[in-house]
Amino acid sequence: MSSEQPPVVTATHITKRFGSTVALADSGIVVRPGETHALVGRNGAGKSTLVGILTGLQAPDEGTVAFHGRPSPPLSDRDAWRSLVACVYQKSTIIPELTVAENLFLNRHTRGPGRLIQWGALRRDAERLLAEWSVDVDPRQPASTLSVEQRQFVEIARALSFGARFIILDEPTAQLDAAGIDRLFARLRNLREQGVTLLFISHHLQEIYQICDQVTVLRDARHIVTTAVAALGRQALVSAMTGEDVHLPTAPRGRRPADAPVLLSVQGLVTRSGAEISLEALAGEVVGIAGGGSSGKVEVAEAIVGLARPAAGTVTVDGRRLRPGDVPDALDAGVGLVPRDRHREGFVPMLTIAENVTMTVPGRIRRRGLLSPARRDALARQAIADLAIKSDSPQVPVAELSGGNQQKVVMGRALAGDPKLLVLITPTAGVDVRSKQTLLGVVEQVRQRGSTVLIVSDELDDLRICDRVLVMVQGRVVAEKVSGWSDNELVATMEGVDLDHV
Amino acid sequence: MSDPLSTGTIDPPAPAAATPRRAPAVARLRNLALVPAIIVVAVVGFVVNPVFLSSDNVINVLQSMSEISIVVLAETIVLVTGKMDLSLESTFGLAPGIAAWLIVDPAVTHGLGLHVLPPVFAVPVVLAVGALVGAFNGLLVVRFGLNGFIVTLGMLIVLRGLLTGISGGKTFFALPESMTYLGSAEWFGVPASVWLSLLLFAAGIVVLGYTRPGRALYAIGGNVDAARAAGIRTDRILWLTLVIAGTLAALAGLLISGRLAAVPAAQGNGAIFQVFAAAVIGGVSLNGGKGTLFGAFTGVLLLFMIINVLTLGGVPAQWTNFLNGAVILVALVVSRVTGGKAQT
Repeated sequence: MSSEQPPVVTATHITKRFGSTVALADSGIVVRPGETHALVGRNGAGKSTLVGILTGLQAPDEGTVAFHGRPSPPLSDRDAWRSLVACVYQKSTIIPELTVAENLFLNRHTRGPGRLIQWGALRRDAERLLAEWSVDVDPRQPASTLSVEQRQFVEIARALSFGARFIILDEPTAQLDAAGIDRLFARLRNLREQGVTLLFISHHLQEIYQICDQVTVLRDARHIVTTAVAALGRQALVSAMTGEDVHLPTAPRGRRPADAPVLLSVQGLVTRSGAEISLEALAGEVVGIAGGGSSGKVEVAEAIVGLARPAAGTVTVDGRRLRPGDVPDALDAGVGLVPRDRHREGFVPMLTIAENVTMTVPGRIRRRGLLSPARRDALARQAIADLAIKSDSPQVPVAELSGGNQQKVVMGRALAGDPKLLVLITPTAGVDVRSKQTLLGVVEQVRQRGSTVLIVSDELDDLRICDRVLVMVQGRVVAEKVSGWSDNELVATMEGVDLDHV
Repeated sequence: MSDPLSTGTIDPPAPAAATPRRAPAVARLRNLALVPAIIVVAVVGFVVNPVFLSSDNVINVLQSMSEISIVVLAETIVLVTGKMDLSLESTFGLAPGIAAWLIVDPAVTHGLGLHVLPPVFAVPVVLAVGALVGAFNGLLVVRFGLNGFIVTLGMLIVLRGLLTGISGGKTFFALPESMTYLGSAEWFGVPASVWLSLLLFAAGIVVLGYTRPGRALYAIGGNVDAARAAGIRTDRILWLTLVIAGTLAALAGLLISGRLAAVPAAQGNGAIFQVFAAAVIGGVSLNGGKGTLFGAFTGVLLLFMIINVLTLGGVPAQWTNFLNGAVILVALVVSRVTGGKAQT
């Protein structure tokens, strides 16, 4: 490739070790001006380490980093780094207790005589900065009131205000709904037109095809390939990431257990937020509930499993009516749950895999009235084997696992009680493609055992394994799609557009 | 009004920010959350005993709280960074204790003291002891990354024991004038300790609200990684905060020793609970990143006003502790109701 301008960043022969672990082995990346470059790889491929090195938070053990053809500044010169590159991390670097304006100018507040901060001038600077990048946020509001989307825009504006025209986005879409992702992409395209170079990290491959023009694949700490996105098919990209072919499962069209009994019956359920749903699901059936961020899909799922107390309606599992808003009762009735946010509700990070997996089923690991460590470990080993959790022993704290393996532990916990009804809320959020394959593969096994599975998600890969998908918009079920739908059709319905009637 | 911005461009119409939202005004009001409660207590106090609002009594209240309020100031800046320092109450006793130990003449005090330093060194020694204790806390908490609660709990016990050891469990008295001056002098008819505490709070409010290091405390308490990413030298600031807090606690101890013209071995014993209560009632979060010095000041003022009202109302002193605790709990509930958010 010939280009008169030197690359924005050139990282070559980068090796980085953490103790005995090699995070990057002779890896690297070249990003050219004006492009939107995707960095992909499975969990543990070295993406985060590479980002750490590109942003000057870590020094490579070997190899060099150059910006615009010049060697990178010393690690201690934060200001120099910030004027070259900025990263919007998955974990927020916004301080919730402070106002948006102060967050934008943290540690570089506008000062007047006596080196005292001038809050008025600071606020006006913030207003100007936000207006310049058309971010519709009041600088006076506390940052804690920002939505995920607004927070990202504020972080992007802050990064640009340091003069950096190269921005790394670490899984920016992980917590956004479909509409939010569209707005983010529109903004990113805008930035690109204004000459900003982007490095985009995502687990969602279709997003890479939507927004990126170059892609770099890392695998097992090594650089595998850098090429134009258009030149690399989806299947080829997945193989480059995994080193083998991965096929995500899909439900066969029109498979519906004919004479199976109704296992889950939800009648006139109304959540506190006003979302409504009624549904019946058969034993051995996989039902999806799809919808955008404000569709109410998560709320109805939480009401079904008892995490939230519904305003009205009943839930019956295998003939037993669940007590509203009562999780222990739901567990007792044979409900297994993978909650929306694994960090918040899914597991206890300091406890071991064994303790987490068996948390909901103390009865099954009891022996003469006391918990039996042997039985607990046996059950946990089973889960580790079934779900291909990457861990040497059940005694490893969950905090030490990668995101995909943590989610498998949460799935293991949901399965520990051999549930009749398995409810999965966004089960593959933020996990790599291989873990996704395992997690979705488990659903098929559960289904074959005669259980009902409810998948609540807006992720098409999750919904493809459903026998039918209920689509919710603004708290109502607006459509039911039997498997075999096209991606466009389902997305359009989730966005409230019916392609059949346009 | 001049535009201090250097860009020279005229403000864009800023279509986005055209409609300001009301949230910040409410946030500012939270600092004043205790003001209604203070007014109510003042009115009740006046009804109980009209002496309550006399200038003598007001000065009396301000003086009685001046020393503790400086410790509250010290604790507040530590709490804002998300750490805590329990050892302040022992520094409060130990710092003047060490100075007295080095200075007082054993011939006068039945064997207490070393009489190795001239009295002019009293104030520098007191402040140096406070700074050293803070620096040592910083070494353990910041440098070695130990848990601040446990470290400073250990320090609380060690320092208390050290004071008991050097004093033999007795009270230092016959203090030099250099030690008693600040605690007993009057400037313009008001005790010097009142001036000092008010001045320190005023200075603290300016530093925390209007300087970069002050705002760095909030950034560190709110999200330490984000603060570091913004180029704040978080370790240095934390260390400095602990040193300043120790120094302030030492100064507060000097004031009360001066007022009482003595350093009992138990000086400050148990005071840390009242200090925490005042800070939390005043809206300072134990989780860091939230709270103002003005709020902390209203917290300590409210506590001491209530104690004063109870005294004027003739409540027996034996009940003071019970009522103190009850006041703390009630104040927490009241601030939960008026502030809308739980104090954490």
